[in-house]
Amino acid sequence: MLLGFLLRRAVVTVVLLVGVTLVSFLLIQAVPGDTMTATLSEQALQDPEVVAAYRARWGLDEPLHVQYLVYMRNLLQGDLGVSQQTGRPVLDDLLTYVPATLEIALPAMLLSLVLGLAIGLYAAVRHDRFGDHAVRAGTLVGLSTPPFWLALVVLYVFFYLLGLSPSGGRLSTWIVPPEKVTGSVVVDAALEGRWDVVWDAVQHTALPVLVLTVLTVAMLVRFVRSAMLEVLDADYVRAARAKGLPTSRVLTAHVLRAGLVPVITVSGLAFAGLLSGTVLVEQIFSWPGVGQYAFRSASALDLPAVLGVSLFVAIVYTAVNLLVDLAYGLIDPRIRLS
Amino acid sequence: MSALLSLDRLSVTLHGGQRVVEDISLEVPEGEIVGVAGESGSGKSMTASALLGLLPDRSSTGGHAWWRGGGDEIDLLTLDQRAWNRVRGTQVAMVFQDATASLHPMLTVGTQVTEHMRVHLRMSRRQARDRAVELLDRVRIPDPEHALRSYPHQFSGGMRQRVAIAAALACQPRLLVADEPTTALDVTVQAGILRLLEELRAETGLSVLFITHDLAVLAALTTRAYVFREGRVVESGATEQLLFHPEHEYTRTLVAARPQADDWDEWEGPA
Amino acid sequence: MSDTARETVPDDVTPAEPATPGSPVADPAADRLLARRRWPQRLRLARVHSIWRQPAVVVAVGILAVWVVLALLAPVLTADPIAQSPDLYRPPSAAHWFGTDELGRDVFARVVHGARLSLPLAVVIVGCSLAIGGLVGLLAGYLGRAADEILMRLTDLVFAFPQIILAMAVAAVFGPSTRNAVLALVVVSWPIYARVIRSAVLSIRSSDFLASSRLLGVGPWQALRRDVVPNSVGPAVVLATLELGNAVLMLAALSFLGLGPRPPAPEWGAMIAAGSRDLSIWWVSVFPGLAILTVVLAFNIVGDALRDRLDPRYARGLR
Repeated sequence: MLLGFLLRRAVVTVVLLVGVTLVSFLLIQAVPGDTMTATLSEQALQDPEVVAAYRARWGLDEPLHVQYLVYMRNLLQGDLGVSQQTGRPVLDDLLTYVPATLEIALPAMLLSLVLGLAIGLYAAVRHDRFGDHAVRAGTLVGLSTPPFWLALVVLYVFFYLLGLSPSGGRLSTWIVPPEKVTGSVVVDAALEGRWDVVWDAVQHTALPVLVLTVLTVAMLVRFVRSAMLEVLDADYVRAARAKGLPTSRVLTAHVLRAGLVPVITVSGLAFAGLLSGTVLVEQIFSWPGVGQYAFRSASALDLPAVLGVSLFVAIVYTAVNLLVDLAYGLIDPRIRLS
Repeated sequence: MSALLSLDRLSVTLHGGQRVVEDISLEVPEGEIVGVAGESGSGKSMTASALLGLLPDRSSTGGHAWWRGGGDEIDLLTLDQRAWNRVRGTQVAMVFQDATASLHPMLTVGTQVTEHMRVHLRMSRRQARDRAVELLDRVRIPDPEHALRSYPHQFSGGMRQRVAIAAALACQPRLLVADEPTTALDVTVQAGILRLLEELRAETGLSVLFITHDLAVLAALTTRAYVFREGRVVESGATEQLLFHPEHEYTRTLVAARPQADDWDEWEGPA
Repeated sequence: MSDTARETVPDDVTPAEPATPGSPVADPAADRLLARRRWPQRLRLARVHSIWRQPAVVVAVGILAVWVVLALLAPVLTADPIAQSPDLYRPPSAAHWFGTDELGRDVFARVVHGARLSLPLAVVIVGCSLAIGGLVGLLAGYLGRAADEILMRLTDLVFAFPQIILAMAVAAVFGPSTRNAVLALVVVSWPIYARVIRSAVLSIRSSDFLASSRLLGVGPWQALRRDVVPNSVGPAVVLATLELGNAVLMLAALSFLGLGPRPPAPEWGAMIAAGSRDLSIWWVSVFPGLAILTVVLAFNIVGDALRDRLDPRYARGLR
């Protein structure tokens, strides 16, 4: 039954999340030398009160397993530690930056899925002909390109050489940002009816979205292509053709529907690629999102922030995978009804 | 008169240049069940594919496939995609070996039985559904109304093949190409499907080209048969003649290779 | 059933090998049976050679060969990659083919010397991951039950993080250095090998190879060595080739984040980061990027071709 499937997936997800926190906790323990010196800033270490409070808060005087429980308790209260760079709780920092990342990640995800399906299906239908070879070559190049370099190259071409796009950031500097409602500048500006601001914000998202899409599409297309090749070969597709259905109907109702299942299962992976991409790309576009935060924290060796970001990303990713599984269960009657 | 379908020196060459069917001539008269027997790789399935324009990508054909089911005599091998879609389903239909694989796992039985009726016969959703109920009832699916809303995995193997037959017959084709439709089934279930095909022939005048590697099935169902080997016809004639007095060496080996010849007595024999 | 299966394998495909002295199997019929399990292996090797028919593969191997030669001869061919000069930010010219960077260093020398870092490090990363992942995969697949369950859940934990994110965390925790970057990349990539090798082992385990050798009294460790290891080679080779490219890419990404080899080491990712501060000095980052692109693309082309030949199914969807 679907309910049983959901329940099993939910349990697996919870177990995985506990495991993920364990990995994160062990990483903190693995810091060479004293954890405290690595996670507290210089001047904080000078202050005995701060140090004592820190020891108490993380249960540093307790045995390891108790420390883990303390760590979990703090986590459940949303305590990911304090960033050395910003001096603010990591969770607060993340929540500030998430909307900006979503503003480029969501459109990129959507575009990638649509383009990935279309191009992958096209390549499968044109199997072993010129179009297919061209698509394969393109995806190989896409997969082999360092994301941050691609970002730099498109910025160089579209901003520096052609002057077609802004240099970075979410809005041009002279524009007063809209009141924060959803956190998305585009949507917030639209809510205020300031269409010139919407247009400006959209222009700013264009290049980051382009780069993220290129990277994700390359992966998706390869997967969709091989999934669709398998489907095109299936007897039920021959049967559909034998019934005299028009090609368009065979492709949409039969091939795409069956190919969608494996595609949904990789969309989680595509999402992971997207998250990794933001870490490597946002800095180039001066995009104030989670990725830039991660980049700056890593460059400055701000450990609480780095570990906080990785834990946060892993939790989001695990949640996305759960959603993917649910979608999979819903779309496939063999799981839904069996 | 001349047969519904006559293959005139049909040959099929795959993309790599491999010739899988060579100079096959074969006739299917109106309202008859004609058998094709042979081992796997003998070209029988490729011949079936050629009859529905479903050959692998970039393969080429030679000879003619004269079709007289649609008024004028046409050569099936010359049809383009558009013309094929007017012939497939409405004049020639096909049933595959394994209904588990030939029914779409994610579409309801209702969709799969009705979708081409709506395209070819321009039926409304309602009309198509009513006819689907009739069809499923005709192929002996219990509770057709409920079956329409079910998915293939909810049926047994034999029932799935009945659904596939119902879908194939939905637009009243003149010829049904059946490519080993009972191979994947238990013997008892197999008998039921064979009986169904024979009934359909007797009642509606349906012609069937029945492909099998099982000589017992051939004996039970067909009046005329062709024996294929390595892409060629090695022997043809009345089924009884072929099986009990084979002339060609290969046919003899095939007959001799059958486990127990006595099994044939259990079948009802050719109609 | 198994009788008919045996008959369909023609003897001329698998010439029965004479029993080696000291082999536990002396029975000629049994030997014939055991010889059979080597035939997929032979077929596969023949398939490996057929990839040379693809022009793209020839070009890719050529590119890799050029890079290896460049890496070997770098000290002879180019200037000192860390020697600073007062000629800062010079665009490409006859004197400096790829221009100079923010410290007046020759970018061409640095790009070529970058191969001396990236290529061997990629090999080390893949070698270590393959050793660890391969061992885990073999154990999981072969022991089954609880061991399999525990080891696979362990891989799940690593898969719960996007690769570069976990690598970033590990590298940051241990501090930025070449060794720690390699360590971090091994930590994030061994599970893929474990999964692939495990599934290869399982597919052999369930086939009649092992059943037949068990019937013949071949012990589990011997079976592991004789059946399982050789038959996992195909998938492992495909994966390792693709992962060589991935290792180059990830190493560059870690360096880009400041978590790779320390300056002034000529690491490609770090060079791109240095050039990203000012778009007008495009040559500082464009050339190292092209270096990464060509190397990774070449590995991917060869890996892809190998996969098409060796096992279209294994590696798919595991990344």
